[in-house]
Amino acid sequence: MQLIYEKSREGCRAITFDALDVPEAPLPAGLLRAEAARLPELGEIEVVRHFTNLSRRNFGVDSHFYPLGSCTMKYNPKMAEAVAAEPGLARLHPHLSSSPAYWPACQGALQLVYETERLLAEIGGMKQVSIQPIAGAHGELAGTLLIAAYHRAKGRHRDTILIPDSAHGTNPASAAIAGFKVVQIPSAPDGTLDVGAFKAALNDSVAAIMLTCPNTHGLFEPGIREIAAAAHEHDTLLYYDGANLNAIIGQCRPGDLGFDVMHFNLHKTFATPHGMGGPGCGPVGVGPRLEPFLPGPRVVKDGDAYSLVTPEQSIGKMSCFFGNFMIAVRAYAYIRHLGDKGLKEVAQYAVLNANYIHARLKDAYTPAFGLRFMHECVFTAAPQAKKGVKALDIAKALLDRGYHAPTIYFPLTVKESIMIEPTETESKQTLDDFCDAMLEIAALADRNDNDLAHAPFTMPVGRLDEVKAARELNCAC
Amino acid sequence: MYPNDIKYTKDHEWIRDEGGVCVVGITAHAASQLGDVTYVELPEIGQDVKKGAAVASVESVKAASDIYSPVRGRIAEVNDDLLGKPELVNQSPYDQGWFFKLDDVDTADLRHLMDAAKYEAFVAEHAE
Amino acid sequence: MSWVPSTPAERDAMLAAIGVGSIDELFESIPADLRLKSWDVPEGRSEMSVRSLMAAIANRNSIGRVCFLGGGYYDHFIPAAVDALTSRSEFYTAYTPYQPECAQGTLQSIYEYQSAICRLTEMEFANASLYDGGTAVFEATTMAVRVTKRTRVVCHPSLNPTHRILLDTHARNLELDIVEGADPTDAACVIVQNPSFLGTVNDFTALAEKCHAAGALLVVSFYPLSLGLLKTPGEMGADIAVAEGQSLGIPLGFGGPYLGVMATRKEFVRKMPGRIAAQTEDHDGRRGFVLTLQAREQHIRREKAMSNICSNEALCALRALIYMSLLGKQGLRDAAVQCHSKAEYLKSKLTFAKILNDGPTFNEFAVRLRKPANEVVSRMLDKGFLAGLPLSSVGAGEANDLLIAVTEKRTREEIDEFVRALESASCS
Repeated sequence: MQLIYEKSREGCRAITFDALDVPEAPLPAGLLRAEAARLPELGEIEVVRHFTNLSRRNFGVDSHFYPLGSCTMKYNPKMAEAVAAEPGLARLHPHLSSSPAYWPACQGALQLVYETERLLAEIGGMKQVSIQPIAGAHGELAGTLLIAAYHRAKGRHRDTILIPDSAHGTNPASAAIAGFKVVQIPSAPDGTLDVGAFKAALNDSVAAIMLTCPNTHGLFEPGIREIAAAAHEHDTLLYYDGANLNAIIGQCRPGDLGFDVMHFNLHKTFATPHGMGGPGCGPVGVGPRLEPFLPGPRVVKDGDAYSLVTPEQSIGKMSCFFGNFMIAVRAYAYIRHLGDKGLKEVAQYAVLNANYIHARLKDAYTPAFGLRFMHECVFTAAPQAKKGVKALDIAKALLDRGYHAPTIYFPLTVKESIMIEPTETESKQTLDDFCDAMLEIAALADRNDNDLAHAPFTMPVGRLDEVKAARELNCAC
Repeated sequence: MYPNDIKYTKDHEWIRDEGGVCVVGITAHAASQLGDVTYVELPEIGQDVKKGAAVASVESVKAASDIYSPVRGRIAEVNDDLLGKPELVNQSPYDQGWFFKLDDVDTADLRHLMDAAKYEAFVAEHAE
Repeated sequence: MSWVPSTPAERDAMLAAIGVGSIDELFESIPADLRLKSWDVPEGRSEMSVRSLMAAIANRNSIGRVCFLGGGYYDHFIPAAVDALTSRSEFYTAYTPYQPECAQGTLQSIYEYQSAICRLTEMEFANASLYDGGTAVFEATTMAVRVTKRTRVVCHPSLNPTHRILLDTHARNLELDIVEGADPTDAACVIVQNPSFLGTVNDFTALAEKCHAAGALLVVSFYPLSLGLLKTPGEMGADIAVAEGQSLGIPLGFGGPYLGVMATRKEFVRKMPGRIAAQTEDHDGRRGFVLTLQAREQHIRREKAMSNICSNEALCALRALIYMSLLGKQGLRDAAVQCHSKAEYLKSKLTFAKILNDGPTFNEFAVRLRKPANEVVSRMLDKGFLAGLPLSSVGAGEANDLLIAVTEKRTREEIDEFVRALESASCS
């Protein structure tokens, strides 16, 4: 497909403005750009067609089953989009929160911040939540900055954070920005955290341990109580990475498991759209120990009136206002729709669906671990790879069959890994059709089918040359 | 399979004593594990480096790896050809694909490194 | 209330295939005493009920009849086609393009967005976007620290004071020496904003030269729409250009989601954080797009990554791209001329207030009123005006100082009415 710049024709216009109704004011020539920006020049219909046709070169949840492990690609309710279109929210100026003079004009928004934070705290078993962090990784950074502030306030130097080898890369990257040294804890052969290794690494320089639970192998940590007790003996804090909250929402709460701080991924658990990679929303939740350090300002409620205060010991600001507020609004609507019973069903069906896929595929693909999977199941395609069909080939063959591929080559701890997360919003029929496709591909792999190495065949492009891309670095035109 | 005139580290660097200066690169095994190399970052000339210091780095599409100095010394020269042709690391790991040269090296330090046979055994042992 | 499509019969068939008697059995790995006992989450409500609840809450807000409030976030016109196109679910329900063959729509749009940003700023490389303008300033800072291997960071007085707070919060444990001023000696970078937070337009070309002579980088935080007219970061010799991209077709939305814009020069691209799309081809020579230079990122380099950022604001970047495509070369200039001219018109009418800017302004300027700005703003709110930002509320001025912004949406009539109302609110 042509680039929009290749379609541009000099002098063509889409949007125009009314004639200027005041005198045109000059600016000193030295402050002006020499030439106008070379933006596309097209009629509106051409712009509309260009982007409509671009959209048709994408798989989305609305068009395709999207079982991307660790990403929770559930259905994004249209209701939440309608709610977010309310002019009283979509067009609300953020600086209305900056001056008390404007607070009467943003009571509804402050109420939404307050209630969203209260509900998330309840769901996570946390004392307080701040919706300031803009994405999951940003929530991790907020959490690790809070951990640093906690130990600093106690007047001690803690320079290490423990992170399992199965963790998302954001965990160590966030810890590093918060000033910590990262020590990696190995997984046991059964895919759970090696509790012995964890205990051996614990000492008074360890500020925290960051855990994903269930972990990225899809397994609930059976030693969680022991881990929490051992950590707290050293006043080492427990960080809960909310990436896999969909597996346990309404079944157990991170706070009750012993976690002191967590982040939520509203774009995963609470169904806000992934938007091709963002915007997300990554609220941070804290137990009583970290509460004094939360980013400010905080919304407080007095009767029906909402106002803002900044905690004395606050770490500062994670975002200029209330993070990705409009994403939090969608999540709030989602929570209010599902309510108590509906939220509990989320985890129930997410885990049921993943275990059903596991049951249907376990003879054709090798499960990476023997324990009960939660909301996602991890296989290794190592046996297929020995026959020349890699996880990558299986992924590409799925595209030809109308499915987005599962996550492959993550977690890094499993060779040729294929990580499938169906979510609760898929029907048995969809799961069956997907499993049939997986089984057909397994049979082809068994026969050393050569075609698989060249899939996909039905997409707008075939496999792309990433080496050429990286060496030539043509990143703009 | 691995050249006999050079020494090897557990991080898959090689070092060759060329009398006065030592040349450092990464092994064919390391290059093939990385895949097609797309970028190489080289150290500054004149810099004193300790044994085991991360002095250069190498990137492929799917991986990034630091290059550690096998011995103590001073960076005497770097292979600028790699900046324009990083593929030399894959094509000619022991010759045109070298990374940097060290001088001010105590050649006795090389004795502690692996020879070709030991390195080959090391690689075999760590393959799954 | 649920989006679970399974019937009880299907559920039972799945349980049977798994070989368990109930869903609860699947949760046996969670110790029984740690299972949820109770929580204070209300019962669910129908879609109809949630919609009216949310409408009622939204109605407790007032977006004002006429907006002169800015402070980095502006009430610009958003063409209907921006909303229509970004509402296509093939865009908004897709995720990160991990499988490029089924995400060419996403990847090509990122490439086109990066191109638009390069053309707008006259920089060589742009990334696929960061969270927002404030965090982009922090990311630019750590990038400059990586490039120069220095730790002194100089914040110019033109910088948005809230962005400065964000920088302090994020960099708290990085052992940086963050100071105010304009002296690049021994600095990793000097961070400037153009127009300044108070709206003053500058040319930082000389400062760029000074920075380069001292081995420091110049980071320019710019206002995208102003580049319809103003000298670009590229022309000034900036090394890193960052921006809050909200002005490019993104609704105000009480603070987010917005768009963190970042662009740089070729020599620094490998130190830049965030996703980057690149053009390449498939085995048949067909053009296609992929994410590139991923070895900089957290999923490969973990604690040694350029940043911990894992997402981008792709849907907001798409909005910006569509906005720039609809306005086009001439439209962006027209919008900028309208903003500037209308602001100048307003400025010329404010005879009862002292203009505080010490140079030309673009579409925003600071005034000192005869009464506390908070009080004036309150009175103006009653008349339907968002009159501006009281500068003391963000630590950028005295009690009587007000920051006033004008966009292309304001008419001469509205401006005249505003002047009368402001005079009566601040002088009587």
